[in-house]
Amino acid sequence: MTAPFEIQHAGSALGNAPAPTSPVNVPHRGGEPNPSAAALREKFGDAIRRVDVVWAETTVYVAPTSVLDIVRWLHDDPSQRYDYLSDVTAVEHRDYEAPIEVVWHLRSLPFRRFLRLKAQIPKNKLEVASVWSVYKGADWLERETFDMFGIRFIGHPDLRRILMWEQYREGYPLRKDFPLRGRFSRAEQLRQALAANPEARYSMEELSIADAFEDLPTEMRQRLKGGERTGE
Amino acid sequence: MGLTPRPERKVVEYNPSSQEGWVATRLDFLVNWGRANSLWPMPFGTACCAIEFMATAASRFDLARFGMERMSFSPRQADVLICAGRVPFKLAPVIRRIWQQMPQPKWSIAMGACASTGNIFDNYAVVQGIDTIIPVDVYVPGCPPRPEGLMYGIMMLQEKVKRERMADEGIRNEMEPDPNSKLYIPPPLIDELSEPFGNSVHQTRSGL
Repeated sequence: MTAPFEIQHAGSALGNAPAPTSPVNVPHRGGEPNPSAAALREKFGDAIRRVDVVWAETTVYVAPTSVLDIVRWLHDDPSQRYDYLSDVTAVEHRDYEAPIEVVWHLRSLPFRRFLRLKAQIPKNKLEVASVWSVYKGADWLERETFDMFGIRFIGHPDLRRILMWEQYREGYPLRKDFPLRGRFSRAEQLRQALAANPEARYSMEELSIADAFEDLPTEMRQRLKGGERTGE
Repeated sequence: MGLTPRPERKVVEYNPSSQEGWVATRLDFLVNWGRANSLWPMPFGTACCAIEFMATAASRFDLARFGMERMSFSPRQADVLICAGRVPFKLAPVIRRIWQQMPQPKWSIAMGACASTGNIFDNYAVVQGIDTIIPVDVYVPGCPPRPEGLMYGIMMLQEKVKRERMADEGIRNEMEPDPNSKLYIPPPLIDELSEPFGNSVHQTRSGL
């Protein structure tokens, strides 16, 4: 029986290179950058804004408009083969004028490489391309980033809140201007939370994934078929 | 009518050689004794308190000594809801629904600081004590409480169960906030009344 996918062995593209050892005496700044950074500069030129090496991890600042091209190239090119997207998140700095940074953590298993991509996007237009078409695993990561920071990922198939409930009206909790206790009073938060129908939280997509749709009560099936998600 | 009247007996006879045992007691006492020693818990474990709860149920501390070895993972067969861990607002309707699905008589234990008060999670996502959602009988302090602490709380609940009187009709009343009632206070008014110090539901003790 063959696997339905190609099994990637870590370091398989490195040939007879010696087994990796734990790095010692790693400098805070500087050091040898990931070879992918030089390849990116050669390929994309001005779209690569800056390359930082922090604790021996390479961060590449890229232009927000060319994120999808860069990620797709890193994934597809046989000299890069970044086959694993481990995280998508964002950083908002305390300086209100500073742009928000969206961060992608890419890992190349065959080359044993780690690359961090950052794109700085202005606060008045929080939009960046979705990498869902390259990595299907970006789906929930981008939903979480949208939920917590309000960044819209253009091209995402189902950009909804994922941690907070869909009717959440108080804003984006990880933004610096968000008060720790939320914008509404405790009594109002509790009233809104208790008004939600816990059964109607699931979308049609989630129910079809669980393959439980046919087992649901008729009345609930009809409600969900009508597009209702909130039950309010 | 063909039936012979039963002989009137003023004195209860007891023949020790008949091997019949019987006990005279108050019905209240008997029912409460039975309830207190066969509480079936509905574990609502959401965080680290649930680990301590599992330790309580395991062999070293042995919750079975209190008649609670049968975890009831369905609220329909449960007697006591043990909320172990913090409850986010997203789970608030769920725990309310589970409480409503439990048949009377039912009790609840808020295990740990998070379930009792929200603990350090005084933030946008966490309910500040499950007593804002369901009635709570026993609060067990600790972060998380040790199994001895939970068992002490369970024994306090058993004491409470044993002191219930069936003559007390109000004990099983379930009250839902009714917006049409004259006693109903809408949330904005609660906020207004609680200024400037806040109350357990609306906390204003800092500018956060």
